Amino acid sequence: MIALTTQLFPLLIIIFAAFLLLMITLWKRNSPARLRDIPALTRLYRMLGLSVEDGTRLHISLGHGSLLDARGGSALAGLATLRIIAEKTSVSDMPSIASSGDPVLGLLTQDTLQAGYHAAGVDELYSPTTGRVTGLTPFGFAAGAMNISRNEKVSTTIMLGHFGPEVALIADSSDRESVTMIGASDNLSGQAVLFANTEDALIGEELFAAGAYLGAGASHVASLTVQDILRWLVIAALLGGAAIKLLGTI
Amino acid sequence: MRVITAVIAIATGALILFGYFFEPFAIVQTLLLNWAIILASVAALVGIFNLISVHTDKIRRGEKGSTYSALLVIAMLATVFFGIILRPQHTVMQMLLNGIIIPVEAALMGLLTVSLLYAAIRLLRRRVDMMGIIFLLTAVILFLGSATLPFGDIPVIGTLIRPWVSQILALGGARGILIGVALGTLTTGLRVLFGIDRPYGGQ
Repeated sequence: MIALTTQLFPLLIIIFAAFLLLMITLWKRNSPARLRDIPALTRLYRMLGLSVEDGTRLHISLGHGSLLDARGGSALAGLATLRIIAEKTSVSDMPSIASSGDPVLGLLTQDTLQAGYHAAGVDELYSPTTGRVTGLTPFGFAAGAMNISRNEKVSTTIMLGHFGPEVALIADSSDRESVTMIGASDNLSGQAVLFANTEDALIGEELFAAGAYLGAGASHVASLTVQDILRWLVIAALLGGAAIKLLGTI
Repeated sequence: MRVITAVIAIATGALILFGYFFEPFAIVQTLLLNWAIILASVAALVGIFNLISVHTDKIRRGEKGSTYSALLVIAMLATVFFGIILRPQHTVMQMLLNGIIIPVEAALMGLLTVSLLYAAIRLLRRRVDMMGIIFLLTAVILFLGSATLPFGDIPVIGTLIRPWVSQILALGGARGILIGVALGTLTTGLRVLFGIDRPYGGQ
């Protein structure tokens, strides 16, 4: 029923990760989170408060990752962050705007924004046009998203999700308007472009840490711990594999 | 209602996950994924209506850039209208695709080259730290090493340093980032599967 080598091992990893996530979530509920300093996320936290005070908007762009393939993970992480940002900025005169380049993600963006407004107790302030699908191709999406920074009194552009090199167009447009940029992509080209364009770059898995740093709850902090544990196991496996191979050749 | 949506989402996610590991669930997995593809197509229609709604709103309020919004709405409605009447395979529709959409995307790609070069220069102004300098130095070495020159590869840079940087250093770093992203995706997926994160339901 299960092919031992190809299927059992991934299943065991998922079960192990799920077990760890549940246990550590329960443990973290009662203990304060201790997180290392990530300058980009500290800046993001500061910009949330500043945007409400100075009457400017935040633009959260979730990229064009489809939820039907492997790129969905970064999109889901972006949605989790959007939920917190929406809640914290919902009472602002200039509500946050979210953009995406995938229709399914666009629907979830609107749902998530609505959930944020509901949690803040201001359902009546929610407008469906704050969640936008700006284009259905990577460049179409970028062309639509770069207009938001230019025309909608945006102070910070937060890019969390799947972006390719076309993110340079959004970054360039934001830079011309002196908009602060914070971004991370699960795509290596997009990652490199964001590194060159943002003051404090988020690298690799830091994309998934935003929720924990913005106070999304114990489960997000637990996720980071599980990632750390699994990362150490991967490192041990890589080193062990290299050592076994080396010993085998001697 | 909120509980029902969560139960449906979690059950669907679990069935699709089981489909990867247990043969009997594979049929259900295929069926659910097919439904998801159909729903995604419907979502594309909703996305287009959203786009129209956002831009008509901008036109109505006379916001900055509303001329472009008007152009976008007119072009979109005209494309839908003629697309339905003529069908997407018609010569006129193909001409519009090949004459407008492809060249515009190619032009954006060209702009991207300039933007990236400009970003690399700005990096020196923005971040004069060790990582910024290493990033720029690596980019310069790779550019020089990959350049097509009349006299062939630049000795040492093109034949030794560039292959070593791109195939050993960069590949190792890229794998590290991808492993980190995969672990992040796994835990994010599990949070959604357990119903801890619910990016659906609206409330």
